[in-house]
Amino acid sequence: MNVIQNWGKYFIFLSGTVRNREPFRVYPPLIIDEMVKIGTNSFLIVAIVSSFIGAVTCIQTADNLVSPLVPLSVIGTICRDMTLLELAPTFTCVVLAGKVGSNLAGEIGSMRITEQIDAIDVMGINSSSYLILPKIIAACIMIPALCILASFLSLLGGYLVGVFGDVITPTDFVSGLRNGFRAFNVFFALIKSFVFAFLISTIASYKGFYTTGGALEIGQASTKAVTNSVIGILIADLLLAQILI
Amino acid sequence: MIEIVNIKKSFGDKQILGGVSAKFQDSNNSLIIGASGTGKSVLLKCIVGLIRPDEGDVFFDGRSLYNSPSKVVKAIRREMGMLFQGGALFDSLTVAENVRFPLDMMVAEMLDSEKTDRVMHSLERVGLEQAAHKRPAEISGGMRKRVGIARAIVMNPRYLFCDEPNSGLDPMTSIKIDELISEITDEYKMTTVVVTHDMNSVMGIGEYVMFLYNGLKEWEGDSKSILHAESQALRDFVFASKIMEGLL
Repeated sequence: MNVIQNWGKYFIFLSGTVRNREPFRVYPPLIIDEMVKIGTNSFLIVAIVSSFIGAVTCIQTADNLVSPLVPLSVIGTICRDMTLLELAPTFTCVVLAGKVGSNLAGEIGSMRITEQIDAIDVMGINSSSYLILPKIIAACIMIPALCILASFLSLLGGYLVGVFGDVITPTDFVSGLRNGFRAFNVFFALIKSFVFAFLISTIASYKGFYTTGGALEIGQASTKAVTNSVIGILIADLLLAQILI
Repeated sequence: MIEIVNIKKSFGDKQILGGVSAKFQDSNNSLIIGASGTGKSVLLKCIVGLIRPDEGDVFFDGRSLYNSPSKVVKAIRREMGMLFQGGALFDSLTVAENVRFPLDMMVAEMLDSEKTDRVMHSLERVGLEQAAHKRPAEISGGMRKRVGIARAIVMNPRYLFCDEPNSGLDPMTSIKIDELISEITDEYKMTTVVVTHDMNSVMGIGEYVMFLYNGLKEWEGDSKSILHAESQALRDFVFASKIMEGLL
């Protein structure tokens, strides 16, 4: 029953962000502010994680390709498909669930505890729309952008380690990247990252928005935001793979 | 005038408010008093619409808060100012930006310079024009309350609500905050409702006092008659302080 109640509360919360919105002029500066917080502040961690993941993928794929009948360019192909289909969108979003999700839940949770959200409500402002909607829109713009960046850096990491580690020649790697390329995979990665961004921002905001208690509960809300977002991402990942591939 | 009619509220099996009715007159400081846990803050939150009561309604000059179209409710809310217990200032904004926030959100047609003038006027009114560029974390608890008052009055509200304005303050600052609330009520001709358990506030600014006990209105009257009230629960509350005994 509790699970059903939570789902219902989550959807009511979501509808509250778009019903009785504030005037349009209010949102652009808030969205830009959130885009900077989500995007710029996550750039470094995404860059580090994705380039190392790409590098490791290249080395491990090469290590497993022992048959002389398999051309080395397959390393590039495997790196490309793994990056586009799974590593860049899913792994990046799992990392961002930790960073952005906990940040959002903590920020909104502390606003709730210190009555800042009540202050907004008393002024006649729709607090969920004013506080949450810009975060959702910003996340849905910036997280796919970060996933595109992650894809590029992951492949670059694989290329650099492969070439400078004498694992593969530049020609073989690039040829592997081009072999059998399906543009749909890029589209698929973008759809995934968009869905994951929506899940991270809404689940984290929801957890923060309904925080009650004090500092301890803010920490618990952040933790729940991360774990629930990661579970949501994994379930959505499976469903999208089933539906779209 | 604000009229509350038969407000009832329970959380789970626990009844917090068992049907409270009262009238708060214009240009008056109305105080809701009572011991901790008697439902004062819950009642205040029901009055401002932060908690929906299970039963009952609140009327602001005849307009229902809980049974009106959303446009009317929004209009009522925009005539409210509220001072929260901890100030509820936005950490990321400066003092001036905090006070300006309602203007930015609700008044599109006002020029920037006019908004700045109103913000500075409100800050001057609470004696904090020097702190305009400071962040809430850089000012004291008493100053935060005064910023809260400045933010509450910047829209020239008709109704002012204060949730324990003296909590956590020293006696001198408490008296200053009380005086400020009283002066502002007269100046802006507002209907002011203060939730407190501070007897200094009751004796200092209480023009109408309502005593809550176990979620019910136990007594109502003015601050002078409170000393001679017959309710034992009220007498226990009022004369818990030795200083109050001396007033008799």
